[in-house]
Amino acid sequence: MLRYSAQEGTPGRMVFAGRMDAYSVGPVWASVLEAAARVAGTGELVVDLSDVSYCDGAGAALLFSLEHSATQRGGAVRMHGVTKAIEGHLKPYREAEAVVSARPPQDIPWTQRLRQGVGSVGLEIFAQIAFIGEYGSALMLAIRYPRRVRWGDTLRVAEAAGFQALPIVSLIAFLLGVILAFQSAIAMRQFGAEIFVADLVAISLLRELGPLMMAILLAGRSGAAFAAEIGTMKVNEEVNALTTMGLDPVRFLVVPKILAGVFVAPLLTLYANLIGLLGAALVMRGFGIPMVAFFNQVSGAVDLTDLTSGLVKAAVFGLLVSSVGCLRGLQTGTGAAAVGRSTTSAVVSAIILIVIADGLFAVLFYHLGI
Amino acid sequence: MNVAATNRAGSDEVVIRVEGLTMGFGSMVIMENLDFTVRAGEIFVILGGSGSGKSTLLKHMIGLYSPVAGRILIGGADMARAEGAERENILRQVGVMYQMGALFGSMSLLENVRLPLEVHTDLPLEAMNRIARAKLQLVGLAEYCEFMPSEISGGMQKRAAIARAMALDPKVLFLDEPSAGLDPITSAELDQLIRRLASSLGMTLVVVTHELASIFAIADRVIMLDKETRSIIAEGDPRVLRDTNDHPWVRRFLRRSETEDLSA
Repeated sequence: MLRYSAQEGTPGRMVFAGRMDAYSVGPVWASVLEAAARVAGTGELVVDLSDVSYCDGAGAALLFSLEHSATQRGGAVRMHGVTKAIEGHLKPYREAEAVVSARPPQDIPWTQRLRQGVGSVGLEIFAQIAFIGEYGSALMLAIRYPRRVRWGDTLRVAEAAGFQALPIVSLIAFLLGVILAFQSAIAMRQFGAEIFVADLVAISLLRELGPLMMAILLAGRSGAAFAAEIGTMKVNEEVNALTTMGLDPVRFLVVPKILAGVFVAPLLTLYANLIGLLGAALVMRGFGIPMVAFFNQVSGAVDLTDLTSGLVKAAVFGLLVSSVGCLRGLQTGTGAAAVGRSTTSAVVSAIILIVIADGLFAVLFYHLGI
Repeated sequence: MNVAATNRAGSDEVVIRVEGLTMGFGSMVIMENLDFTVRAGEIFVILGGSGSGKSTLLKHMIGLYSPVAGRILIGGADMARAEGAERENILRQVGVMYQMGALFGSMSLLENVRLPLEVHTDLPLEAMNRIARAKLQLVGLAEYCEFMPSEISGGMQKRAAIARAMALDPKVLFLDEPSAGLDPITSAELDQLIRRLASSLGMTLVVVTHELASIFAIADRVIMLDKETRSIIAEGDPRVLRDTNDHPWVRRFLRRSETEDLSA
């Protein structure tokens, strides 16, 4: 407990008793400073510390603040009963007051900030182009010399991004099929055309929704994981270690992930298509359409072109998701927060790229008549 | 002259008492039946070869790991069994500097040092800033208050981490390898700082290190852990141990020689 009393006069007098530590000075801080200003004003203040049993850095902070505010008022403080320990704690406060910050004041004119902003956007675009070139050449090398690709790593990534994603892909694709079929069946039934639900579900799943949902899942699961893994390696200087060992980080880290992404995306899409159709078939059974009739209708509605166009799209989405994940990972700055930022940015950029690519594919397929 | 011994606070008050401590993970036992005490105002150094469990012992002492058997009393209270307010009370008495500094990267140095004050006290902001600046001044970093941890060197980060550990003026300060990876001059400055903390502020320090120069510069008392026997093989003043201990390994460690013959 900290007790204090203040006496007016010339000089004004304050007496402290008890413990002056970080817990006891907090509650009385403001009132002590106020009392000091009241009893001493611009005159001298005598502070008696003879009955203080313990004083730590926080206690010294209070004493220093008394001294500091008295000086600012034009007064002065004289302390009695200052022990060696109190003196030791007071010293850094007096020294710190004289220290000037090493950081220059941050008063940058708006023109310079604008220039910096434009410059950083330019640098970002430059980095993307450089990365595309770097990894394009690494991919070419991988195709030309397939033995130099780290196939072990590629399989490990493919397992994590593909096989281990099966439960979530199953769940989403199944529910997607169920929802699509159910929603459209209600409307179709009014015209007695329930059987055409099969056409609707099959075309939309195979050509559009299968690859799209799979790509978004891949971005959330694996694109984020790539960015976080490479980002953490960057923060821990593992990427630098690779470079100084003469190993190209792009060949070592990026190529296996991109190959795995391109490889698993169509497989996952194929699987998602199948599960989605199964979900739709189950719903249609509830509407009185047997499974055989449903799948018969499906095979009449879609052909191999619909399936392969979806799978080609999926492969491109896989390429985009894994590339942007790796790029964001390699762009990671320093610190734990930087890894979080690059992970977020990997997912966001991947989804944007997927949607843009999907739009381009729609135009392309229209002109090709697919 | 033995500066360390003459500076010793000479107090017999026991701050930390370790009784029959056995530590391990799962079925692997690292150390068995350790007994030792740390007295108020001394600089107590934990020594041992790589992998002997020095940092693990430190983590047991600050309550991050629970002992397999035995107990650790800090100011008379059992760290592993304390909960709620009692645990918080013990934690207020200790400050820890981790091996890599462990400063929060998203906060400036001043904010890092201020954080424990914000959590544990109701001081006004102005007071907390003043205290944080003074702690940074104590480790010679007051001019870098506004800097982010990523903008300063490794040695400065370690010093800032010490400032943060001292924010609440704890009774005991635990330092995990304070001078590892620093140049000799910075590391000697850090040793001086550690001595100053013990002598002028009366803190008790528990230090894990294997920098020989640091050991002789700062330690009042050391214990040496041995991986083979899973026990403490030596305890006492490092200079005395170097010259008189019967254990060849202890002498070799403290003389930094590969074999006993080379050191002769």
